[in-house]
Amino acid sequence: MAAKTLTIDGKQISAEEGATVLQAADEAGVKIPTLCHLDGVYDVGACRLCLVEIAGVPKLLPACTTQVAEGMVIHTDSERLRKYRRMTLELLFAERNHVCAVCVANGHCELQSLAYNQGMDHVRYEYNFPKWSVDNTHRLFGMDHNRCILCTRCVRVCWHIEGAGTKNVAGRGGKAHIISDLNMSWGQSYSCTECGKCVQACPTGALFHKGSTAAEMERDRTRLEFLVTAREKKQWITGEE
Amino acid sequence: MKVRLATVWFGGCAGCHMSFLDLDEFLIDLAEKVELVYSPVVDVKEYPEDVDVCLIEGAICNEDNLELLHKIRQRTKVLVSFGDCAVTANVPAIRNQLGLGNAESVLQVAYIDNAQHNPCLPKEDGIVPPLLKKVLPVHEVVNVEHFLPGCPPPADRIKALVGQMLAGVEPKLEGAQLKFG
Amino acid sequence: MILNDLLQIKDQERAARKKTTLRCCMAAGCMSSDSKGVKEQLEKAVADAGLQDTVEVRGVGCMKLCCEGPLVQADPQNALYIKVTSENAPSIIAALKGGKAEAAQTDPDAAFFKKQLSIVLANSGVVDPDRIESYIALDGYQALHEVLHEMTPKDVVDTMVNSGLRGRGGAGFPTGLKWGTVAKSPGAKKYVICNADEGDPGAFMDRSVLESDPHAVLEGMAIAAYAVGADQGFIYVRAEYPLAITRLQTAIKQAKQLGVLGSGIFESPFNFTIDIRIGAGAFVCGEETALMASVEGKRGTPRPRPPFPAESGLFGCPTLINNVETFANVPAIYRNGAEWFAGIGTEKSKGTKVFALAGKIKNTGLIEVPMGTPLRTIVEEMGGGAPGGAKIKAVQTGGPSGGCIPSQHLDTPVDYESLGKLGSIMGSGGMIVMDESTRMVDVARFFMEFCMDESCGKCIPCRAGTVQMHNLLEKILDRRATPRDLLKLEELCDMVKNTSLCGLGQTAPNPTLSTLRFFRNEYEELLQPEAHGPKGNGEAKKQTLTT
Ligand SMILES: Cc1cc2nc3c(=O)[nH]c(=O)nc-3n(C[C@H](O)[C@H](O)[C@H](O)COP(=O)(O)O)c2cc1C
Ligand code: SF4
Ligand code: SF4
Ligand code: SF4
Ligand code: SF4
Ligand code: FES
Repeated sequence: MAAKTLTIDGKQISAEEGATVLQAADEAGVKIPTLCHLDGVYDVGACRLCLVEIAGVPKLLPACTTQVAEGMVIHTDSERLRKYRRMTLELLFAERNHVCAVCVANGHCELQSLAYNQGMDHVRYEYNFPKWSVDNTHRLFGMDHNRCILCTRCVRVCWHIEGAGTKNVAGRGGKAHIISDLNMSWGQSYSCTECGKCVQACPTGALFHKGSTAAEMERDRTRLEFLVTAREKKQWITGEE
Repeated sequence: MKVRLATVWFGGCAGCHMSFLDLDEFLIDLAEKVELVYSPVVDVKEYPEDVDVCLIEGAICNEDNLELLHKIRQRTKVLVSFGDCAVTANVPAIRNQLGLGNAESVLQVAYIDNAQHNPCLPKEDGIVPPLLKKVLPVHEVVNVEHFLPGCPPPADRIKALVGQMLAGVEPKLEGAQLKFG
Repeated sequence: MILNDLLQIKDQERAARKKTTLRCCMAAGCMSSDSKGVKEQLEKAVADAGLQDTVEVRGVGCMKLCCEGPLVQADPQNALYIKVTSENAPSIIAALKGGKAEAAQTDPDAAFFKKQLSIVLANSGVVDPDRIESYIALDGYQALHEVLHEMTPKDVVDTMVNSGLRGRGGAGFPTGLKWGTVAKSPGAKKYVICNADEGDPGAFMDRSVLESDPHAVLEGMAIAAYAVGADQGFIYVRAEYPLAITRLQTAIKQAKQLGVLGSGIFESPFNFTIDIRIGAGAFVCGEETALMASVEGKRGTPRPRPPFPAESGLFGCPTLINNVETFANVPAIYRNGAEWFAGIGTEKSKGTKVFALAGKIKNTGLIEVPMGTPLRTIVEEMGGGAPGGAKIKAVQTGGPSGGCIPSQHLDTPVDYESLGKLGSIMGSGGMIVMDESTRMVDVARFFMEFCMDESCGKCIPCRAGTVQMHNLLEKILDRRATPRDLLKLEELCDMVKNTSLCGLGQTAPNPTLSTLRFFRNEYEELLQPEAHGPKGNGEAKKQTLTT
């Protein structure tokens, strides 16, 4: 496959044709913050945290959905991008109810660690304090809408890795929310296979194993990786290498 | 001249102050450099004038909090939101999710529905301060200079920030030192 | 169907014309004030007077001066009756025989009409939208015939390029360039989509075109399909436009019956069918990628571009998507030639633009003017200024994605570049006039609320950013905001504009930014002082204990 050469943050690198800027950066050891991206699942470019500056392109483009091109000059960490990233995170924290101290994901949350890594020491926007519910009807898992950031990772793994199609998005704008089947409680869902992939995929404390209490909810992404590798590379990870 | 330090306790669990006490021997160093002019751990009734720095624990929950906070702002050079309740309104603000008029419903549950003896709403003008409609983080009410997140902020984090301030550099916490929760 | 059949229909239709025509508006605006009853009474009165052989009562599309509807125009008398009721309708027939009409009249040669130049609306108010013959009588479908028999697809694209037409859906993308890209995109299956979602509050140009002259849109789509190599078309209309949908259904049925849509059109190898898809009325479904998702039966949310629809659109196939008004321009361009079209308008903005004129202005309705017409001509001469002689403060164009142009810039010519320079956009054609009583912060808040409600919720800057910007605007209006809040608002405007996924979020800050640009004082007047410390000065972050 043809290789493309490009520059990321001053580093000359080469990447496979068809690779995304995010993949290329990753291989070159440049870490771009992401939230809606999940290895192995198709990208949607929704969270806008991975936006990068590409010389000659007036708009900022998401690294996760933009393909590399010959001679691209990319900046991933300008002051402007850092400012936008912090604002994006502040908007998320103000949007729903993130009370880290009492959250199952405390200490194991991608949103939380992104926030401190981006230097977010407080939220300048007024908190919305919306009223959202917790769906505890499923036998094994729970969903706390207060912590959901609508990254749709759960929806994508449920449809494209598990193939169950249980999870979906309903509503618009600030009222958008994750539903099971045709907006029924998760426990009543006919299609859910109880595979738990959505729970493993969730970056925040929104999806959790029942019985986890504050700060206990750790995720095991190897279960997703296993399937993705099996599907894409036709290899089974045996854990014995 | 010693730095005039104050600490104040609004709507919070006192955990931040406990963590402050966990500074252990650093407290002795601190005592040489600062004069503690107002705090829940000293017996001063009126917030003094000309305070250099005030560590604020807790969210702004009631009229008293609000009044004192404005007084603190007027009399203090540097305010530090100390702990998650001050920075984010945190657990005390969970009642905000119930919608407006929630102050009443919170009191109803706490003092009437779940009361084992003598169910009645605490009400004494001038003594029991009325709750605000909405619990607020400190910086939504007044300008705040520095933020020290954590529930509670671990002692080393407090030490880092206070240390930087005393050393005369612009305080800056980074990475996991800014973790909420 | 061959050319001769078409010309025969045309001749028959023309020969059947009667001495007098009474055109009665049957578009949604006039229908809502009972133009249907008016038409029935007119027909009855004609029958009662025994005038069937000399007087035709024709239901037509929009006659533009919507605020005065129901409208009835009598020709060749050149009398335009306004606010006609079913009671006073018979007197219009009496007036034909020298009696006195009870219905009021207005001057059909007034500036509102005379300053217009109709290309898109040329048939509007003239043809009967329910009869394909009526369209054919005015040379309808001749352009399609010529294109199919005398031009290669490449010629068709070249003509479009030379005409200089730019998309009327908002962004003004050169139509010829778009057609050329789709034509060149490899793929056995291609689609043509007509965007009739029209979600801007207050805009009703596209609805009027569909209700008044649906065949022009069908013919335009067929020509486009031939140019790009598509054989299937979709018209995406919102469910709130039931009359437009019915008229389109009728039009498609008639076109199929005559063989100007379907397979082997005009005895050529070209096949093209058009289906209607009905949208549920979300503003974001007007955005092309969301629209295509919706046509595919998915949740209508935008996706990042590239790939552009021209490369990978509906069901992954190369897709041409144009606006209703864009397509409605097409037949005239091929009938009269690219040079003719390029001779109208300004250097970079060719042809005409239809606007829905509304707000604090005497004459509200539809106008079509050549590009480059000064705003002042539209507002003062055609619109007749604000009612009661009030002073005009600003003109809003581009709806929730546009901006307010203050009165000192009323001499700005209406074209893509000039409006853009003033921080507004041409948009799809909403034009709202505001007088001195309008508070600009209110205007900003109104549009921000619209964007907040219509955000699809996919990306964070738009979903959560519009909520915060709306909060800040409300706070300013409530006189609770401080200068710091205003800075926060401006910072958010910049961020949401630059980081949102689709055009909705990217343009949502425009009304706020433009009112801030020209009416900043109205914001500042509402601000409160900051609650600072003894040394507080907004630079508070810099403070350490020793400073
Ligand atoms: C939020 C949003 C709403 C839109 N709504 C419409 C609409 O209602 N009608 C329309 O023709 N174009 C609309 N557009 C523009 C379309 O995405 C697209 O550019 C247009 O249909 C292309 O046609 P044109 O080149 O003929 O203008 C909208 C764009 C955005 C971002
Ligand atoms: S989901 Fe993450 S950021 Fe939100 S409360 Fe839980 S730990 Fe904190
Ligand atoms: S557990 Fe599996 S099937 Fe059920 S919702 Fe989650 S991903 Fe879908
Ligand atoms: S539940 Fe989790 S994975 Fe699903 S959208 Fe919400 S935050 Fe993302
Ligand atoms: S900008 Fe708004 S409407 Fe567009 S994708 Fe993002 S959330 Fe949806
Ligand atoms: S990771 Fe690229 S937009 Fe979310």
